Amino acid sequence: MSGGCGRNPPPFPDDEDQERAELDTQVLDSDEDDEDDEGEDIFTGARSKAITPTSAPDEGDIFSEEGSYVRSDVHHTTNGLHSDEELDLFTEATVELTLTNTTSQGRREIIGPTVSACNTTHVPNSILKPSIVTKTMEELKEEESGDQFELNIAVTNPEKIGDGMNAYMSYKVSTQTTLPMFLNKTFSVRRRFSDFLGLYEKISAKHSLVVGKEFLMLTLVGKEDSSSAEFVEKRRAALERYLQRVVAHPSLLQDPDVREFLERDELPRAVNTQALSGPGLLKMINRVSDAVNKMTIKINESDNWFESKLQEVENEEQLLRRLHAAVDSLVNHRKELCSNTVVFSKSVAMLGSVEENSALSRALSQLAEVEDKMEQLHQQQAFSDFFILAELLADYVRLLGAVRCCFEQRMKVWQRLQEAQSTLQKKREAEAKLLWANKPEKLQQAKDDINEWESKVSQYERDFERVTCTVRKEVLRFEKEKARDFKQHIVKYLESLLHTQHRLVKCWEAFLPEAKAIA
Amino acid sequence: ALCERDKVKFTVHTKTTLSSFQKPEYSVQRQHEDFIWLHDTIVETEEYAGLIIPPAPPKPDFEGPREKMHKLGEGESSMTKEEYAKMKQELEAEYLAVFKKTVQVHEVFLQRLSSHPMFRKDRNFQIFLEYDQDLTVRRKNAKEMFGGFFKNMVKSADEVLISGVKEVDEFFEQEKNFLLDYSSKIKDATAKAEKMTRSHKNVADDYNHISGALNNIAADNNTAFKKHLEKCAEVFEKLRKVEDRMASDQELKLTELLRYYTRDIQAAKDLLYRRARALADYENSNKALDKARLKGKDVAQAEENQKQCLQKFDKLSESGKKELTSFKARRVVAFRKNLIEMTELEIKHAKVRRLKCYVYHYMFIRQCSGILI
Repeated sequence: MSGGCGRNPPPFPDDEDQERAELDTQVLDSDEDDEDDEGEDIFTGARSKAITPTSAPDEGDIFSEEGSYVRSDVHHTTNGLHSDEELDLFTEATVELTLTNTTSQGRREIIGPTVSACNTTHVPNSILKPSIVTKTMEELKEEESGDQFELNIAVTNPEKIGDGMNAYMSYKVSTQTTLPMFLNKTFSVRRRFSDFLGLYEKISAKHSLVVGKEFLMLTLVGKEDSSSAEFVEKRRAALERYLQRVVAHPSLLQDPDVREFLERDELPRAVNTQALSGPGLLKMINRVSDAVNKMTIKINESDNWFESKLQEVENEEQLLRRLHAAVDSLVNHRKELCSNTVVFSKSVAMLGSVEENSALSRALSQLAEVEDKMEQLHQQQAFSDFFILAELLADYVRLLGAVRCCFEQRMKVWQRLQEAQSTLQKKREAEAKLLWANKPEKLQQAKDDINEWESKVSQYERDFERVTCTVRKEVLRFEKEKARDFKQHIVKYLESLLHTQHRLVKCWEAFLPEAKAIA
Repeated sequence: ALCERDKVKFTVHTKTTLSSFQKPEYSVQRQHEDFIWLHDTIVETEEYAGLIIPPAPPKPDFEGPREKMHKLGEGESSMTKEEYAKMKQELEAEYLAVFKKTVQVHEVFLQRLSSHPMFRKDRNFQIFLEYDQDLTVRRKNAKEMFGGFFKNMVKSADEVLISGVKEVDEFFEQEKNFLLDYSSKIKDATAKAEKMTRSHKNVADDYNHISGALNNIAADNNTAFKKHLEKCAEVFEKLRKVEDRMASDQELKLTELLRYYTRDIQAAKDLLYRRARALADYENSNKALDKARLKGKDVAQAEENQKQCLQKFDKLSESGKKELTSFKARRVVAFRKNLIEMTELEIKHAKVRRLKCYVYHYMFIRQCSGILI
């Protein structure tokens, strides 16, 4: 086995993981070697090697019950036997779902008895199919950290309420949770956009150092046509991501305002949100990022952590921007492909109608239909390109900006400390001068001043320590969160690609007999 | 005939058992212009007026890849070495694809000539295949170019006239209508297919950029997450290759097919045109004969003229019918073959792509659960 994996063995039974790792490298190798990419070859190659894991007796049991973790339904019944039949696994679309099911079940078994009957409802997400696999990952994370709570939030069902000038969109915010601090296990409320803004306002006042509270809907503020379906969808998705990020943060989750937002039936209408919506919000956010760009204060750091971290963050932000631009371009080109395909499909249909030979004519109109289906697939793919990848990246670019904000704030605190220290110094000098000039009546004042400033200085020192600590913790938490988020989204994206590819294959396979039937 | 290539020269390799040739095997170098010359001389040969003349191959067009290569060279400094290498590789593949296409097109031209019982006996064709020196073909000078252009204009004006000519023969009437309609539809389909293919290639390009950007991020990152990013970059890289291949296969099979038959339909239309022209001539000669008879002058000459026109027309009609019928069959066969091949290729590539997605998806899940971050 090539040592190309280099993964840390997880806290699972070691054998099995080794074998899994083996499977992966082998699959990868065969992947890379095979230039000509005969799909069948790779598959059979992988399959034959995949059989080794299931031959181990204990795993054989698990896998025979639930289907092997390798994509084969057949392994279900073979209990570790080498199945020689030609597996055209891909003919059954359902098999994929079976896979994800069995994978997750398999995993849970392996985790062992610590898993109680977890509430396994997953995030009802109106765009993305419920992915049991990602749920599994979340569960694992919880298990590892020892908690067994769950909190899933979904924003769905946008409805237009009212008419004319006073019309607004209302969204349903549903929560499912096992957390004890909430009254019910599942509940939902309706909220409108200004409610979200109100929540943001309340949070940002109290938690200035939290990354993730940011209301990241710059693009959705003001500019777009607010009635188009696409806009509503984008906004809905963004609101959902916002809430998910909010509750993912432990200290935000504890905040009563957040809880109130999720639970309370009727929220008092948030006032002053006019300032926050539209151009006001934009301006505020722009001001923040401008200020951050002008950070020139240099702190005497005892360790380089903050400096290097800041550098890292700045670099990453740039790179993410570029990646986002590339993904954006992909979305656009795919949309272009959609429209060109549709146009082509119509053209082929016309050609088919003119064609004299009836079999060819039929084939051509079938081709037109195939192209039509392809267009739908492309459309779907563009959709998931956008919502899974592009929005994620856009969010993180801005979140990284927010991280820089935190650093900025820490610097401000430090600056305040510096100023206090220099003021204290001045007061001390003043006192010394007074002593020398021997003016006892002013001396008391000077001493008072010094005391005042001494306590201020120590206060500010403590503040600085505290802020440093908080920022560091926050940044680390953020990075963890980011890695997890990215991983989840990559998996989701691959899944969507997979689904599209599968349908595509079916399309063309259906067409082939038609083409062959041309006489 | 086999075609190979060296710059803009083609190597035409012939194997024959025909007695009219001097040797059983030949290999000569020809340029694109020679092919055009051959085509034009055949078109101008009166004898072949009743035949569908295979359309001339289009000029080899390397402008696209050449321009991109140029741009790539300019932008070299702004991208990483890997990105540059990748793009270069991709451009080379594109170059190769254009090359293959143009060879194929020239080859098909010669093959059609050689498989046709009349054309293969053509003297000029033989010269083309045999003459082992350079055919220093005189390029059309400006006057001839202009003449040709003018001829085309007259032709299209005539076409309008001709379509007004009453057609006696049912077969030709049907053919005319069909060809006119079909011709416009297929031209349209070709254009749309080209646009679609280009979009496809753009998507493949984007995958490349995404992969590059991901690699950049991974390079900067030094947590375990880095591996994820690298794998992700790999996914896109592989996707790009498949996507690219799908797009070019589709182009080769479908778009090329449509392009070729657009030209072929045009050649068939040309045949119809010539026949209609002959018909018009015949009718004119009839009128001239009548006039001559009225005047009592040059009757014999007019009669002779009329006879000749009639002969020509009949000959054209006869061979035209044969040609058009075989053309139909040929077209259906070609469409069938290409559609089948294209579909099979698309399936193959789509399966590969699907498999890769599957593998990577699976791997990612494993990785995600396996790494504590």
